[in-house]
Amino acid sequence: MAISIRVNGASREVAAEPDTPLLYILRNDLALNGAKFGCGQAQCGACTVLIDGKAAYSCITPLSAIGTSEVTTLEGLGTAEKPHPLQRAFMDEQAAQCGYCSNGMIMMAKELLDRTPRPSEGDVRTALAGNLCRCGTHNRIIRAVLRAAQALGRT
Amino acid sequence: MHAPKLNRRQFSAGLSASLGAIVIAFTLRPEGALAQAAPLPGSLNNNRMLDAWIRINADGTATVFTGKVELGQGILTALAQIAAEELDLPLARLTMISGDTGLTPNEGVTAGSQSIENSGTALRLACAEARAVLLELAAKGHGWSVDTLTVSDGVITGPNGNKVSYGEIAAASAGELHREATGKVKPKPAGAHKIVGQSIPRQDIPAKVTDGAAYVQDMRLPAMLHGRVVRPLRYDAKLESIDEAKIKAMPGVVAVVRDGSFLGVIAEREEQAVNARAALAASARWSGGRDLPDPSQLFAHLKSLPSQDSVIGVKQASAPALASARTLEASYTKPYMSHASIGPSCALAQFKDGQYTVWTHSQGVFPLRAELVKALKVPANMVRCVHVEGSGCYGHNGADDVALDAALLARAAPDRPVRLQWMRDDEFAWEPYGAAMIMQAKAALDAEGRIADWQYELWSNTHSTRPQSTSGANVLAAWSLAEPQKMGPPQGIPQPAGGGDRNSIPLYDFPSQRVVHHFIAEMPLRVSALRTLGAYANVFAIESFMDELALLANADPVAFRLAHLKDPRARAVIEAVVEKANWKPGEKSDGLRGRGIGFAKYKNLACYVAVVADVEVDRQSGVITVPRMYAAVDAGLIINPDGLTSQIEGGIVQSTSWTLKEEVRFDTNGIRTRDWSNYPILTMPEAPKVDIALINRPGERSLGAGEGSQGPTVAAIGNAFARATGKRLRDLPFSPAKVKAALA
Repeated sequence: MAISIRVNGASREVAAEPDTPLLYILRNDLALNGAKFGCGQAQCGACTVLIDGKAAYSCITPLSAIGTSEVTTLEGLGTAEKPHPLQRAFMDEQAAQCGYCSNGMIMMAKELLDRTPRPSEGDVRTALAGNLCRCGTHNRIIRAVLRAAQALGRT
Repeated sequence: MHAPKLNRRQFSAGLSASLGAIVIAFTLRPEGALAQAAPLPGSLNNNRMLDAWIRINADGTATVFTGKVELGQGILTALAQIAAEELDLPLARLTMISGDTGLTPNEGVTAGSQSIENSGTALRLACAEARAVLLELAAKGHGWSVDTLTVSDGVITGPNGNKVSYGEIAAASAGELHREATGKVKPKPAGAHKIVGQSIPRQDIPAKVTDGAAYVQDMRLPAMLHGRVVRPLRYDAKLESIDEAKIKAMPGVVAVVRDGSFLGVIAEREEQAVNARAALAASARWSGGRDLPDPSQLFAHLKSLPSQDSVIGVKQASAPALASARTLEASYTKPYMSHASIGPSCALAQFKDGQYTVWTHSQGVFPLRAELVKALKVPANMVRCVHVEGSGCYGHNGADDVALDAALLARAAPDRPVRLQWMRDDEFAWEPYGAAMIMQAKAALDAEGRIADWQYELWSNTHSTRPQSTSGANVLAAWSLAEPQKMGPPQGIPQPAGGGDRNSIPLYDFPSQRVVHHFIAEMPLRVSALRTLGAYANVFAIESFMDELALLANADPVAFRLAHLKDPRARAVIEAVVEKANWKPGEKSDGLRGRGIGFAKYKNLACYVAVVADVEVDRQSGVITVPRMYAAVDAGLIINPDGLTSQIEGGIVQSTSWTLKEEVRFDTNGIRTRDWSNYPILTMPEAPKVDIALINRPGERSLGAGEGSQGPTVAAIGNAFARATGKRLRDLPFSPAKVKAALA
């Protein structure tokens, strides 16, 4: 059956069962690479997207739960050529090794900065507590979020 | 930006077919000839043609080939820096092609902090020689003398100011690099480096933080199907029955694939494959399977197994230690640890016209192919393995296994590519773990409080059951097919690098010492290479014991180490970290806070790292926190300072996680670690801040650093805890329960 959802500002029709996890719709039907499969159980944060500006685990969010809400993915923030200040800051801080967790870190940080434009380091650490990083890039990620906050504050 | 291009061949079937022709251009020497040839440095020795490494294109760009692969460690950027430096080409004009059995040199696996040393050495020499060939051709063509020529950005300038570009030379004289390397052209001296030594931004990061297709997980080929596999709860269980008709009738299911006890499903859509997997798992009946040891008796069990014992690192003092010497004994343990990649392993496979193409994040596409060929029973030229980056692996995780799984599924759906990503529990329960280990140390102090005698024994399984085994096949599914392959025989890795005994010989200068490695062939749990192999546990034991001995000698831990250490580079990193951390000898603890030091020269062959940790102990909850760590590193000539820093700090944070939290859970009936709730790792609020001092040694060769900081880190944390509380933790991980028991 066809279901219509709004993703990154556009309306998209997808032919899938209503109980399909949003993650698979984004990746396979809409060819959006940002959100990643990590655990399928809301334990690692790799699949994080924003739904009406609130961070959500797309791996456990069924398609049917989206309704008229606006889904924002990493692609909705910016591109390699025209990156969002958060993406720019991750590049400037070289805040990725394997980078598989980057999507979740950036999307969770987006929610944080929308809510708290001038976060402390502690705020950043707390906000990203549910996002696992295995390469040990934690300090660079924290620096990148703080750098992005500064950059956003200037604009 | 200066970034060279990442080759994207894997995403375009047409391009990969056309590039496939290049393979003929660098046929390797026959093996017989290899035996007689003069040895060449690094990986050049086994891949001796210049154009196996470097090709100059008519448009003035260069294509650089390496058998090493990007694992998130930044290696392709570092190798590109080396190649661009020697060629005198801007980085942006380089295209890197890596890890493809159809295109690149065979450099085995990307592991052991050896890529800069092996591939980097080969590329440095090959590119220096290629540049010399280009200069010679330019000189010959224009009647110039070679020593009058200068090169800038790929343009050669003659004595009269006339110019000729690399591209023009390549166009006029194709195939000139198809010659055997001599290894005799001297690379640039460090003082002349313009690109090497710079913190060039990583070429792979922009795609990873934006909309790029950065991973094998992101590949999306036309007509692609989705696969999933089903495995039993117990190792070696036999598949008795499934309700195949029921699963086949599920929406989107294309095939149920069963071969012996290998079981999988293919569907049109990913969620359909996931649903079919769940139904298949519920319907599958298994029998038998192997009991695991009682985890509470694990270490006694391991020691009870037969072992092959080797005595290494023996030093005999001219005079035996005095009978009145003070002695100390201690025993340390390390549990099984998981690689715990954030993204479960993934592969794509396509079976078309009798040929398999497998896109994989394996650390070694050639060794993987050797195993696939055995399991699939096809000749090697019918399997092509192409590396595409995956989630970080930190050693031998499920990457190779999932590649065979995907190929077995693809065989059941000819022509259509099949994408298989393992589920979280597939990865946690079936990957090969880092081996559990036991270390026992005994030492005697002389009257001056110096170590007079050192005795050390360790017990461990193998630390590598990687693909390309000497017999059988080291890929999971191969063992359970209807016509199975045996698991390859477990093997040690010889000293000086060592496997379980890696870093078991102390770098300190003791007058008398003896190290015994008890290699246990039988593996109760599946194990293989996890970052540092045995070094993490051996450095933990040696460096903890050094602190215990310093206490006995009533000496400061830093002064005690330096009193036993002659190697000037070792002393320099210890002195540098002491300065960085503002270490104060004899500093008193308040019972809650302490600092400790750890040191190692990785493998006794690679980089030198010293680490100081500050810890805080919550005596009520038993929780140790590590607010800050300091490190000093000497990795010889630094290629990319920020890349080196990133590897060292990543190693420190990962090792902090191993040390405080990590332990694979199991009971006699099987593996219990199946998701992150039963394998917690360090989270963002818990990550220590890290402060690193790099010591650049332009006159020394570059040393691998990806595994340099993990051993010193665990030791520094353990020593800091002991300094804080007066109690010693000797069993990893330092969990709240163990902390509370120690403080009770």
